[in-house]
Amino acid sequence: MRRVNKNEKTRVTLNLNGRKLAAEAEPRTLLSDFLRHHLGATGTHVGCEHGVCGACTVLIDGVATRSCLTLAVQAHGRELRTVEGLAAPDGTLNPLQAAFRNNHALQCGFCTPGILMSFTDYLARNPHPTTDEIRDVLTGHLCRCTGYAGIVKAVEEVASSSAPAKAGAGG
Amino acid sequence: MKPRPFDYVQPETAEEAVALLADYGDEARILAGGQSLVPMLNLRLIEPAVLIDISRLAAFGAIHDHGDYIEIGAAVTQNTLLAWRELKLKLPLLAAALPFVGHFQTRNKGTVCGSIAHADPSAELPLALAVLGGAVVLRSKRGERVVAAEAFQQDMLTTAREPDELVAAVRFPAIEGKGVAFNEVARRHGDFAMVAVAAIADRRGAVMLGVGGMAGRPMVRAVDGDAAGAVREWAEELEGYEDLHASAALRRDLLCNLAPRVIEEAKQCAA
Repeated sequence: MRRVNKNEKTRVTLNLNGRKLAAEAEPRTLLSDFLRHHLGATGTHVGCEHGVCGACTVLIDGVATRSCLTLAVQAHGRELRTVEGLAAPDGTLNPLQAAFRNNHALQCGFCTPGILMSFTDYLARNPHPTTDEIRDVLTGHLCRCTGYAGIVKAVEEVASSSAPAKAGAGG
Repeated sequence: MKPRPFDYVQPETAEEAVALLADYGDEARILAGGQSLVPMLNLRLIEPAVLIDISRLAAFGAIHDHGDYIEIGAAVTQNTLLAWRELKLKLPLLAAALPFVGHFQTRNKGTVCGSIAHADPSAELPLALAVLGGAVVLRSKRGERVVAAEAFQQDMLTTAREPDELVAAVRFPAIEGKGVAFNEVARRHGDFAMVAVAAIADRRGAVMLGVGGMAGRPMVRAVDGDAAGAVREWAEELEGYEDLHASAALRRDLLCNLAPRVIEEAKQCAA
């Protein structure tokens, strides 16, 4: 049985975008703060801190998760992927990121890291979603400047360009 | 905001988990998916001394098909149930209701049992459990008991669970040869519903109607004959309640408009 008492720190070791990293965390440390303040990975943004805005969404073992609703101690030993892990080491954007740029799917960019991580998970499960399905996933995010049309277009573009052969009705 | 300090414990077995609950009682909270619990911690609405993390306990991670009912363990997430191959066949009402529960991202972590245990009066899963006449499996060091849905949720965020008991599983009755429908009105998709409606119809047109968001807990009633009239009468009886999202009058109005449509859809689905 693992136990960490309040105000006591424990070593949390995790794999972040392919690198093994570790730092100390209290039980109450949120994963979002752990990433930003303890590991210096500030690509993950913090908006509402109660799971509504979606800005802090990261992948834990490939699954899109609100990092503000996850404790850092729960991420011990897990595989994490954040927005920093999407582009190639030389900075070349991945297809989803490139589609966001092409379709003006971001303006201030605050909400973008979370949205990119959500669709990274979702498109892996459902590579050719309908527009309705894209909009449904997008309801888990709030964007206050660009609006959602460009984001939907960007996801549609990347989904259709990855299609080996267009499937039947609805894609 | 950030939570106040608490101890964190990660038991390795179900026995350890209930032993911890026996020690700490209402000082402790069970952490499964955390999609209701952690917002309350972050907003400092609750200040537990201990969190008992059961999210990765294999003992609670299964969906068991017992034929006449499906038992869902405490760590099974909403998206895991949504992806269950037999869902549409055995639990069509859940297949209809789950897409309304939060968002794709929160369903990835949020658990079925967690939603039942949290007992929000307008939440979809407690409503589905109530209208199906399901049950909740409570486990403690003292043993196990099975509580019917109608006796489990007593009021807003209030259940029959004793402080040393863990919601170990929920049981949804499998239904065959019946039509189901689910719909709700919310400010935005994924928000808690102002009013939610679930209906189960048999081939002769007899309907079990469940409504959420009209009282402290989901309400269930059999409706025969004139659906619109019966719903109007019930809406007046229930009154509804007033909060930031809707007045009681709006809730009654929503129910009168939404319920007859959901009933019709369930009947057509049964036919």
